[in-house]
Amino acid sequence: MRIALFADIHGNRQALEACLAHAARHGAERLVFLGDIVGYGGDPAWCVAQVMQAVAAGAVALGGNHDAALTAGSGGLNSVAAAAIDWTRMTLSAEAVAFLAELPLESAEEDRLYVHADASDPGAWNYVLNAEDARRSLDATMARVTICGHVHVPRLYGLSDAAKLTVFRPPGNEAVPLLRRRRWLAVLGAVGQPRDGDPAACYGMLETEEPTLTWARVPYDVEAAAAAIRAAGLPEPLAARLALGR
Amino acid sequence: MVRPRLNAGAVIDGFTLGEILHRGGMAMLWSVTHPDHDLPMLMKVPLLFEGEDPAAIVGFEMEQMILPRLHGPHVPRFIAAAGFEVQPYIVMEHVDGVSAETLLPRTPLPAAEVAAFGAAVATALASLHAQHVVHLDVKPANILLRPDGTVVLIDFGLSRHERLPDLMQEEFRLPYGSAPYMAPEQVMGERGDPHSDLFALGAVLYQLTTGAWAFENEQRLSAMKRRLWRDPEPPRRRRPDCPPWLQEIILRCLEVDPARRHPTAAQLAFDLHHPDQVALTARAAKTARDGMAAVLKRRFNPDPMAPRPSGTSAQLAAAPIIAVAIDLPVETSALPEAMRRSLMRIMAMVPGARVACLNVLRQGLISIDTTLDADGQNRHVQRLVELRHWVAPLRLEEERVTFHVLQAVNVAGAILEYAEANRVDHLILGARPQSVRRRLLGSVSGEVAAWAPCSVTVVRLRG
Repeated sequence: MRIALFADIHGNRQALEACLAHAARHGAERLVFLGDIVGYGGDPAWCVAQVMQAVAAGAVALGGNHDAALTAGSGGLNSVAAAAIDWTRMTLSAEAVAFLAELPLESAEEDRLYVHADASDPGAWNYVLNAEDARRSLDATMARVTICGHVHVPRLYGLSDAAKLTVFRPPGNEAVPLLRRRRWLAVLGAVGQPRDGDPAACYGMLETEEPTLTWARVPYDVEAAAAAIRAAGLPEPLAARLALGR
Repeated sequence: MVRPRLNAGAVIDGFTLGEILHRGGMAMLWSVTHPDHDLPMLMKVPLLFEGEDPAAIVGFEMEQMILPRLHGPHVPRFIAAAGFEVQPYIVMEHVDGVSAETLLPRTPLPAAEVAAFGAAVATALASLHAQHVVHLDVKPANILLRPDGTVVLIDFGLSRHERLPDLMQEEFRLPYGSAPYMAPEQVMGERGDPHSDLFALGAVLYQLTTGAWAFENEQRLSAMKRRLWRDPEPPRRRRPDCPPWLQEIILRCLEVDPARRHPTAAQLAFDLHHPDQVALTARAAKTARDGMAAVLKRRFNPDPMAPRPSGTSAQLAAAPIIAVAIDLPVETSALPEAMRRSLMRIMAMVPGARVACLNVLRQGLISIDTTLDADGQNRHVQRLVELRHWVAPLRLEEERVTFHVLQAVNVAGAILEYAEANRVDHLILGARPQSVRRRLLGSVSGEVAAWAPCSVTVVRLRG
């Protein structure tokens, strides 16, 4: 089965639209949304509506720290992110806010675990930034494959049965084998706000038969997404960074 | 999980086991057949014992990831694989050929044979590097020669694929590889540099040329590190009739700093194909190892290694082979001038590029056997002189440019053949102005552009 995995959409309609179309063209049979559907971007209502529609059709959706901040308060966020969340809260319908507030923080199917941030304590929103973080996350669960987002930079951590950890920067659009003898922690790139220097949107395509994961890179209309941020009156750096992928 | 017993006649996933072809330290090779595949095949089965060397498993996993992604005549064709759930194996083409180990009893080999063999291996490495893979265990046992002389590289258990996770990297502290052939940077744990394969090939060529190892077969890390500062005996000391060009090539491969070796495997193959065009340096003349002062300086005060683009694809892109086909004699100055400008732009932007200046000396079918007469020889020399004259304004360093006069009936065919045989990355040629003759005969540039194995720039003057 082919599963498309979307993390860190952050209210970027143009990026999500491009990724959904790309996933459909490439035969995705199941959709999983790994949190941070809103925040930063200028079209949160459209993005939430898309995810709600997908969930009604059987997709899995998880909550991220920005989604949680809508109702829990923006205490953990920096001032720019907090400004975006305050604006997002005003823009969204009560129904959309309620949908985001009720999203689970993790979801397991077969030998896989989906989670927005570090799986050892999903609600603490810790970043998985290095091998040590990855080991902590992997040690906390039984899942053979853990998939998360939150960092906005693609990485793949592998754990052998000799407890050795490998780190890999996956290139875009290459099917990377997830060998069955090992456990893996895949950090997806961001759909709506890439930070690895490549402005193209990033989502994951998991093939479960002969297990491989592809970090798909999808060019999208960055100018329109930046224009939406400016039109909403959100801080300029949120618009400018999209073209840089930083 | 119960593993099936392996013996002749056993059937695994439709593959019937035949005889044992090889029993190695890490794997067994069985001859196998399958009703759906009619090529000769072998099955590689990793040996799994209690307390075994984990490198056997990781090497098998690496090969299982890498081999299916490789293609072309220089690797065995991948057929099938299975993981560790039941019985792990890889089935691949059983290459019809002999191991380069069979050359060793005949060493020292004639220089021409060493060069032809070296060029075939370098060509295979160029193909591998272009597919994002560094072999990292180039040695006679892993080089097969097909009956037509084509080289097939085998055993990717220690290899590194630039676009796949490197399971070997974090797994082991000791560098894995074969001591007499391992590049110094590989000894130090670097696993991503295609130049490491050129070093290993240089050590193989050294062995074929002299009959002796360039470096000792000593597995201890401290002994392997010695090659970082201690240079091998120059081949000419062991074998005085070793031609200077061959020593130049071998010692360049064996440079400690990867940046001082040939920029790419294709460029190394190019030199081995054209011994008369190798730019000789002090390496070619060496008859003794470096003095104690130089060795001590390298040991205790080494030069910093030059920074290089990281990754196989970046390095290949930085050092292309460019061939320019020039019409001679140069009558009108505008087109050759425009071609020179095109070439200059590329050479200025890509400092690692080297250029081959070509001219095709067209022959009538009937006059073929007169090529060696005095007149033919003179014309050949005259054209080389004109090629040098054409490129001179670019002021390229000697090792970045070579000159070739090809003799052929079919001009486009000769250029295409040259580009294919020398792994040319980019062809530049001029389009002659419209003429009745061109309309009747078709254009050389059009035919070359249609069939070339690489990029082609056709330089045309605006009418």
